[in-house]
Amino acid sequence: MIDTVLHVVVLLLLPPLLLGVITKIKAWFAGRVGAPVLQPYYDLAKLMRRGLVLSTTTTWMFRAGPIVTLATVLLAGLLIPIGAADAPVAFAGDLILFAYLFGLARFFTTSAALDTGSAFEGMGSAREVTFACLSEPALFFALMVLAKISGSISLTSMLHAPASTLSAGVAAPLVLIGIGLFIVLLAETCRIPVDDPTTHLELTMIHEAMVLDHSGPLFSVILYASAVKLFVLGTVLLHVIVPFEFGRAWLDWPLYVVEILGLAAVIGVVESIMARLQMRHVPYLLVGAMLFCGFGFILLIR
Amino acid sequence: MNVLTFLLAAIALLGLSGLPACLLSPRSSTGQHIATGMMAAGSLLGLACLAAVLAGHAAPALSWSWRIPQSLFAVGVDPVSILFLFPVFIVPLLGSVYGLSYWKQAEHPANGQRVGLFYGVLAGGMALVVIARDGVLFLIAWELMAIAAYFAATAEDDKPEVRRAGWIYLIATHIGTLCLLALFAYWRYVTGSFFLESGRVIPVEEASVMFVLALVGFGFKAGLMPLHVWLPGAHANAPSHVSAVMSGVMLKMGVYGIVRTTALLTSGAAWWGPAVLAVGAFTSVAGIAFAIGQRDLKRLLAYSSIENVGIIAMGLGLALIGRFQGCAAWVLLGLGGALLHVWNHSLFKSLLFFNAGAIIHAAGTREIDRMGGLAKRLPVVMALFAVGAVAICALPPLNGFASEWLIYVGLFRTLGGGAETGTPAAALAAVALAMTGALAVACFVKVLGAVFLGAPRSEAAEHAHAPAATMVAPMAVLACGCAGIGFFPLLTMPLLESAARMWTGHAELGAIAGLVPVRQLTVAGFALAAFVGAVALILKMALRQQTVRTGLTWDCGYARPTGRMEYTGSSFGDSLVNLTTFLLRPKKFRTSLRGLFPRPSGFKSLVPDTVLDRLVTPVFKAVGQALPRLRVLQQGQTHVYVLYILIIMIVLLVWGSMGS
Amino acid sequence: MTNLLNSILVIVLMLNLFALGTSRIVSVIRTVSIQGVLLGLLPLLSHGHLSLTAFLAILPTIALKGVVIPGMMTHALRDVKIKREVEPLIGLQPTVILGALGTVFALLFADQLPLATQHAGALIVPTAIATVLTGFILLITRFKALTQVMGYLVLENGIFIFGMLLVEAMPLVVEMGVLLDLFVAIFVICIIVNQINQAFSSLDTRRLVSLKE
Repeated sequence: MIDTVLHVVVLLLLPPLLLGVITKIKAWFAGRVGAPVLQPYYDLAKLMRRGLVLSTTTTWMFRAGPIVTLATVLLAGLLIPIGAADAPVAFAGDLILFAYLFGLARFFTTSAALDTGSAFEGMGSAREVTFACLSEPALFFALMVLAKISGSISLTSMLHAPASTLSAGVAAPLVLIGIGLFIVLLAETCRIPVDDPTTHLELTMIHEAMVLDHSGPLFSVILYASAVKLFVLGTVLLHVIVPFEFGRAWLDWPLYVVEILGLAAVIGVVESIMARLQMRHVPYLLVGAMLFCGFGFILLIR
Repeated sequence: MNVLTFLLAAIALLGLSGLPACLLSPRSSTGQHIATGMMAAGSLLGLACLAAVLAGHAAPALSWSWRIPQSLFAVGVDPVSILFLFPVFIVPLLGSVYGLSYWKQAEHPANGQRVGLFYGVLAGGMALVVIARDGVLFLIAWELMAIAAYFAATAEDDKPEVRRAGWIYLIATHIGTLCLLALFAYWRYVTGSFFLESGRVIPVEEASVMFVLALVGFGFKAGLMPLHVWLPGAHANAPSHVSAVMSGVMLKMGVYGIVRTTALLTSGAAWWGPAVLAVGAFTSVAGIAFAIGQRDLKRLLAYSSIENVGIIAMGLGLALIGRFQGCAAWVLLGLGGALLHVWNHSLFKSLLFFNAGAIIHAAGTREIDRMGGLAKRLPVVMALFAVGAVAICALPPLNGFASEWLIYVGLFRTLGGGAETGTPAAALAAVALAMTGALAVACFVKVLGAVFLGAPRSEAAEHAHAPAATMVAPMAVLACGCAGIGFFPLLTMPLLESAARMWTGHAELGAIAGLVPVRQLTVAGFALAAFVGAVALILKMALRQQTVRTGLTWDCGYARPTGRMEYTGSSFGDSLVNLTTFLLRPKKFRTSLRGLFPRPSGFKSLVPDTVLDRLVTPVFKAVGQALPRLRVLQQGQTHVYVLYILIIMIVLLVWGSMGS
Repeated sequence: MTNLLNSILVIVLMLNLFALGTSRIVSVIRTVSIQGVLLGLLPLLSHGHLSLTAFLAILPTIALKGVVIPGMMTHALRDVKIKREVEPLIGLQPTVILGALGTVFALLFADQLPLATQHAGALIVPTAIATVLTGFILLITRFKALTQVMGYLVLENGIFIFGMLLVEAMPLVVEMGVLLDLFVAIFVICIIVNQINQAFSSLDTRRLVSLKE
């Protein structure tokens, strides 16, 4: 019971902090002080107090996009276990629901982008769906590895399996899918080297282009949803790459918070030391992720 | 009282529904109304019969002798037949109602009666195929269905591309029928009669021959790659309600054939399952990849049908693997998922084709890149299309997700663990399914965006008119069906389980709900709806104190934006088409820009069907060029012909005398 | 009886060669009609006695083959300008030699066939085969429509001779049917010949090649 409440609280409140940590790390690398770590919270509140500008070309789909996105990532957040605790919602086969919830979010986000009738949004949406086609197989290979290791098809058991069954035969595949999942994380949350979240050039945007015309409360919902998505996918990744737990709830929860903030810091470092890839090279990166996860799977079933 | 006789009466009503219209004048609408009425009567009677059988009424098989030697008019229903009969009784009826406004006989005097007549025969033929229990009767019903589909689809045969599509369809379906003739002849050779009943013991080599014949013969009709060449042309050029029936129900008859054959050949070989799984995986990925490259709305939907047939084949392959290895879970999940997807696809694909008909009717063109902004003028159509698109992309909470979920869980279970030994390679199909899902999202966002959203790209799209109520009502019914199965998939489980039991011949297989918590899908669906409602409510409350202004879309400061500047459907799909060039082989025509003030130039891209254009057409052309060399035998002079006769006569005389 | 039969058959063979060797269409018509009459008398000779059925069989045959058909042919010939076969495929002498070779081949071949004993010595089978071959040669090597019709009639005669083997068993109805068949065929051919003449102003059947697609 306590675990469920903590899960919901962490899911709702922690994600914007991750964005703040990433921005802070990037600022340090650039030699600046940077915005406060809690800045995203202030931004979200400020945007909620703003008015809304809707384009005359748009329909109900424009408003539905952010709403459905947030709803789906929140529901996906309820399906994954955080730290050593179990997920509030768990049943056999929920991993498919998890993956397809993100698909639903993508459907509505890209449709909302196309609703404005602008070429920039069209470009962003086209790139988004293209890269998703390459990252889905990588994600599924990783899920299959976890399913084989854990012998179950529920996310809770699957994600707890690396911690409980760490052995020599399992470590190599886990490392491989860890690398693959990290690349998928960067792609899905539109971070460098796949997409630059701070660019101002519309022609180079993916995610930013899709939300170009959103404003006010809708835009805050979008920002919040992308933070939650980063949080959810980061949690999944953490279970694979740092499968350690103490076994006691009052130790595991703080450990988890440290881990997720550490992951945000790592993302910040990656964003600072790398440049964004040329758009035509991004598919190669994603195919690389697919190959990593695929090799992990083949190693396991050999 | 045998329910089967009522069922036969219903089929007769369906089949003859178009006949009264032919006796009236070509321009009257009474005939069409009578046809729809008869079809409604037949469909409702048929559905009542199915409900009676499901409720437990006995329906023993019937057989009468008829003039054809060595065969009987044998019909019967079993769970698999019932499952396939539901779409046959639902979709043609809805299409007939749709056709009341879409293909008004008064507006189409040249072909209205013909479409109505053959539409009815098509529906009746399909129903007869599903209940036939004798090989000859099956073939007769099959041919009826195929020929009726040809005549109904080539309604506008004054256009050359319609004629060409009709020819390709006719050739393909008859090659398939040839394979089926061989199949049933071989069946008779092996078992001694044309009667189709399972439970006979057939040696594996002969069963394998029949399996291959069935896969190829029925694969032509179902649309498995590379036997799909007729599908895009036929579906694109047929009237939309005929396309809906062809795509939603007739393709399933091919699937039914494969399911029935594998039910009759209970002793399988080890390679059957992986072969079907591989074919299904390839078909689904290639099908949706082709769909993304299309510019014609109905061709795109046709390729999407190919993708879904691939998914059904994947489920079937999984079930075959499970049957061979004796693993009940895989059979239940694979076959259950495949058969549920049969229902789901007939629902959402018919919905999408009806939508396409309304869109094309409104915008006056089939090209996606000439539409745009139709959401403002056709809001109901857009909402229904969005439902259909979400369903076909297998996104929760709609029905596509339910059936693909079953197949996914089955494929994941082949990894082993617990009491089951694994066949890990089968799990690779799950990755193909995942890629298909992502590609489907890309494809249908492309269609939704290019057709409905944004600004209109042409004059016709600006002045589109909303469709009539009889066109919208069938779509609404289908959308409700999609949502119903999506939110309550548990209701369909009993029928799927009894179909799986009949298919394997085992009395006890267990329940699907025992393997996976199907109820959770209902919970998840309602949870999603609740979350969406909650977020919407929060937003509404936040906006209550704020101002909402309208303005123009951000156009980077360009002074004169037009609708032609927005991203077209082809541009949207371009990056994906470029990633799959090896398969799609797109053709791009561009004039190069030269000099400081270049002249107006153009660009055109199209994605033709690779198998048709690179393989089938060149082979046919080569044969067509080689054969006229034999024309030298046709001299035109009677002497030469008499000389041929003399030569043959002498040869025969000499040969005969040598033999004796 | 057999001797008389064989003599008539030999005359038939000679008439074959004569038909092959002449270029005048009228002569060919006359030759074939004489051949037909002779063959019509054969059943009388092979039976040896004059029964009613035999008489009923003979009379229409002689009437048709000797009078009616030659009359129709001559009638059709009236409107035609060229009454000679001017350029056959191979020259007239080579045609005759070919016919003679065919007759020799027929004689040799007939010895190989397993015939019933009463027919073994007679010339029926060789004559039949030779006549059929002659008919074929006429059909193949002649270009005027009327000559080709003559070839068809010679072919019919050859088949009639084959029928002689079954003469005890041949019912009257079949015989009548064959005659009717023949009559109708000739009737139609005369009409066609007229049409060809009108269309091409000649009876050269090589002109029909223009009808080929």
